[in-house]
Amino acid sequence: MIEAPEKEPRDVQPPHGVSVEAVSRTFVTRRGPVEALARMSLRVAPSEVVAVVGPSGCGKSTLLELICGLQAPDAGTVRAAPAALMPQRDLLLPWLGALDNACLALRARGVDRDDARRQAEPWLERFGLAGFERTRPAELSGGMRQRVSFLRTLLAGKPVLALDEPFAALDAITRLEMQGWLSHVLETEPRTVVLITHDVEEAIVLADRVVVMSPRPGRTVAEVEVDVPRPRHRTDARVVELRERALGALGVAE
Amino acid sequence: MKRLLRPLPAALVLLALVAIWELYVDLGGADRLVLPPPHDVAKALYDNRSLIWSNFLVTAEEVLLGTLVASVAALALAFAIHFSTTLRRAIYPLLIGSQAVPIPVFAFVLVLWLGFGLAPKVLVIALVSFFPIVVTTLAGLARVDPDLLKLMRTFDAPRLRTFRYVEFPSALPGVMTGAKITVAVAVIGAVFAELAGSNSGLGYLYQQSQNQFLMPRAYATVFVLSAFAILLFALLSLAERLALPWAYRPRGDQIA
Repeated sequence: MIEAPEKEPRDVQPPHGVSVEAVSRTFVTRRGPVEALARMSLRVAPSEVVAVVGPSGCGKSTLLELICGLQAPDAGTVRAAPAALMPQRDLLLPWLGALDNACLALRARGVDRDDARRQAEPWLERFGLAGFERTRPAELSGGMRQRVSFLRTLLAGKPVLALDEPFAALDAITRLEMQGWLSHVLETEPRTVVLITHDVEEAIVLADRVVVMSPRPGRTVAEVEVDVPRPRHRTDARVVELRERALGALGVAE
Repeated sequence: MKRLLRPLPAALVLLALVAIWELYVDLGGADRLVLPPPHDVAKALYDNRSLIWSNFLVTAEEVLLGTLVASVAALALAFAIHFSTTLRRAIYPLLIGSQAVPIPVFAFVLVLWLGFGLAPKVLVIALVSFFPIVVTTLAGLARVDPDLLKLMRTFDAPRLRTFRYVEFPSALPGVMTGAKITVAVAVIGAVFAELAGSNSGLGYLYQQSQNQFLMPRAYATVFVLSAFAILLFALLSLAERLALPWAYRPRGDQIA
């Protein structure tokens, strides 16, 4: 268990959850204003895993940056416990081994190297990365890199994990493996998770609830409660049914 | 084996060029006083080896000190510019403009000002070497992935820690590129500084040889100067591969 740092959330409520209320965000570009989000709302209860799916360019990443406090909304309110980001590309530092990459968030907080390594080492083993402590990202497989990246975000010790299409860059087989792996990790290490994905099946398999967004400007068009016990299988009748419902909301029903 | 054969084509071309040069002079294409044949240059290099060596040591010291001064100053300025938008706006345009100034022209002024010793040479070399390192270092710092900086912000990293753990290491390959560009320029800078006023060094020896119509010796000093610049470049490339192996990308033709 990793202790969250003693730091007040940006607002007292909700303590470890996320609440986005009627948020709008417009970017000014050279070709005029682009409305990324229009009165988007999202609530994530503490320890809930919520997946956000939507078409490309629907403002999913903007939503995540708002939750992480990297952007401020033009209108509406964002109340969120401190959140750590896991970017879409692993963004591991090419000059560091897996262990030191996993330590980055700790080092950023000012933890000295030996302490950080002591904290990260047992996790590396748990994540199937034992023996790769000193291996640089270039020599790690795609799945391993995403595990190091996830560990780095986890070790930031924030109550909320903001995962931005974490497995989008992986090949299909590795992606399935990683989904199973993440599902298992979140069972043993519960966190409040906002998972951005364009993979509806991934959303249904991993999340407690799936939020479907509209094309830009993004807002919630449907919510799908995933009432299926874990571990879930893609072929379960209920999983298939929920997937069809989410796809229907996206306007791509089969 | 393939690794060993890699420099072979370049060596063959070089050999061919030297052979053409030799033939051209031997067949009377050029006056031997103006263009001595390669074997005369080689002979002059051997006959004057102690003279050339002692002058080489002078030039080498100037070049090493000059590039060291340039590197330290360039890194300090690049980091300062990176941290301060005001400084960037105030200094960067002038820095680019300063590159249009033919610095070797000032070598003479600097000699009058600072004397015949080491100081004006080091200063000229530092001035010509400074700019490439500043520019490539700044480019290296600017190349850092913006998403990585966002990530560091969600980790609550203070500005200086982001610099230490992310930006500075990212910039190192850029620094090395700047240093590699610099060494050749630095050797040329040393020659100009010595021509402006000195009583030792390879640039000085070249001028003396030319004035006395000892052309083979003049060419021999040019050969040593070029070899020195190439050696420095090779040493920096080696250092880069050893110190920054993660930044070293073998090119396609080298994988085989």
